[in-house]
Amino acid sequence: MVASIFPLQMKEASVKRRGVRLIGPIDLDLGAEGLTIILGPNGSGKTSLLRLMHGLERPATGSVSWATTQSEVRMHQAYVFQTPTMMRRSVTDCIAYALTVMGVPRAEARLAAVDYAKRVSLGHLLDHPAGVLSGGEKQKLALARALIRQPQILFLDEPCANLDGRATKDIEAILNDVRAQGTRIVMATHDLGQARRLADDLLFMLNGHVHEHGKADAFFANPDTPEAKAFLDGQIVE
Amino acid sequence: MNDLTQGLAEAVYRVVTLDPELVEITLRSLQVTVTAVVIAAAIALPLGAWLAVTRFWARRYVIAVLNALMGLPPVVVGLIVYIMLSRSGPFGVLGLLFTPTAMIIAQVIIVTPLIASVAHQALRDLWSEYHDLLISLNTTKRQRIATLLWDGRRALLTACLAGFGRAIGEVGAIMIVGGNIDNATRVLTTAIALETGKGNFSLALGLGFVLIMLAIILNLVIHSLSRTERSNLW
Repeated sequence: MVASIFPLQMKEASVKRRGVRLIGPIDLDLGAEGLTIILGPNGSGKTSLLRLMHGLERPATGSVSWATTQSEVRMHQAYVFQTPTMMRRSVTDCIAYALTVMGVPRAEARLAAVDYAKRVSLGHLLDHPAGVLSGGEKQKLALARALIRQPQILFLDEPCANLDGRATKDIEAILNDVRAQGTRIVMATHDLGQARRLADDLLFMLNGHVHEHGKADAFFANPDTPEAKAFLDGQIVE
Repeated sequence: MNDLTQGLAEAVYRVVTLDPELVEITLRSLQVTVTAVVIAAAIALPLGAWLAVTRFWARRYVIAVLNALMGLPPVVVGLIVYIMLSRSGPFGVLGLLFTPTAMIIAQVIIVTPLIASVAHQALRDLWSEYHDLLISLNTTKRQRIATLLWDGRRALLTACLAGFGRAIGEVGAIMIVGGNIDNATRVLTTAIALETGKGNFSLALGLGFVLIMLAIILNLVIHSLSRTERSNLW
């Protein structure tokens, strides 16, 4: 039985770069279930918050803590970047890589990779170089590479940015499956429609701060702040 | 112009007739150079990858020194290796002076910074592309280095070929530590220098053409085997 890494607790956490505060201070608790959408305009700090949660950024002030040790946490989380990194390998080897670095034998990892590639509808591209895939296929590959590690929490940074409707629908279907299997998902987007379709709860970011945090239904029905209301109304919020 | 055509004719004649002296010198050139490049690559490629993924206070200076060493004067390297391997030197007891091994040592010293520097530049770009992914996947430093070396293998091949080009054409250092001894340490470049000194320009040019052809053929074979231009997205 794998120990749960939850809850995630952030206390007065902030990210600074070259002395300039990008986000924070932020206080936040995340439990083990559901799909949280981080919503907000460009430059509001969505990506920085995701990177801080995942450990790609260190808090300049405050703390980010999980229920278990940092090395344990790293093993049980995965991140899908907005622009997925395609390694100079085949689709199968790209996905298998996420397992081989965990010590899984290569043959075993490749078998699992084939299975995960099929789950994300890449079964016909197994031996193709990852670099020649389309944008939607690259995102699916990145998802398969993240999911093959069977993470307890999956971070996604605008996974459907620049994708057409069909590719977006495919990705959302995969995410719904993953959520149904009990994986915690935290996803950044500025797509209101996608947030409405997927979110269980919602973080509204503005100028590096969590402006609102609550259930998605309540947020969309009756936002607390005028900025959130303006954002939902399609106005430009700064 | 006459010398050039005579040299070309001489080269063709010696290649076609498989002139034993030419074959022996060519094989020795290849043996010394390929061995030196393999040893240098074994040192330089991991060093280049390590420099790409590691941050430490003197990193910038190490890279600057490495880049500067690319232009290491071969004659100076030859002289230093000569002193180290001579009877009165610290490694004199090994009796390596005027042997192919001494020539290999000199070439390794000359070629290692070149391969390391070119490899570092290629892998630095790859690392900036892979950085977030490999950190996110919780890889160890050893895994990061291994990944860069594997995924950057085509760029690294170019680095090794640059090293090969420098080594096969090198004459100053191996003349000093090898001595250009017939049937023992004579290679294409030292033979060219010798024949030029004797005024035997057509033979020197013939050997020169063979040297150039050798470098071109080896490059073509390696590029062809590694499919460099066919699947550049891998």
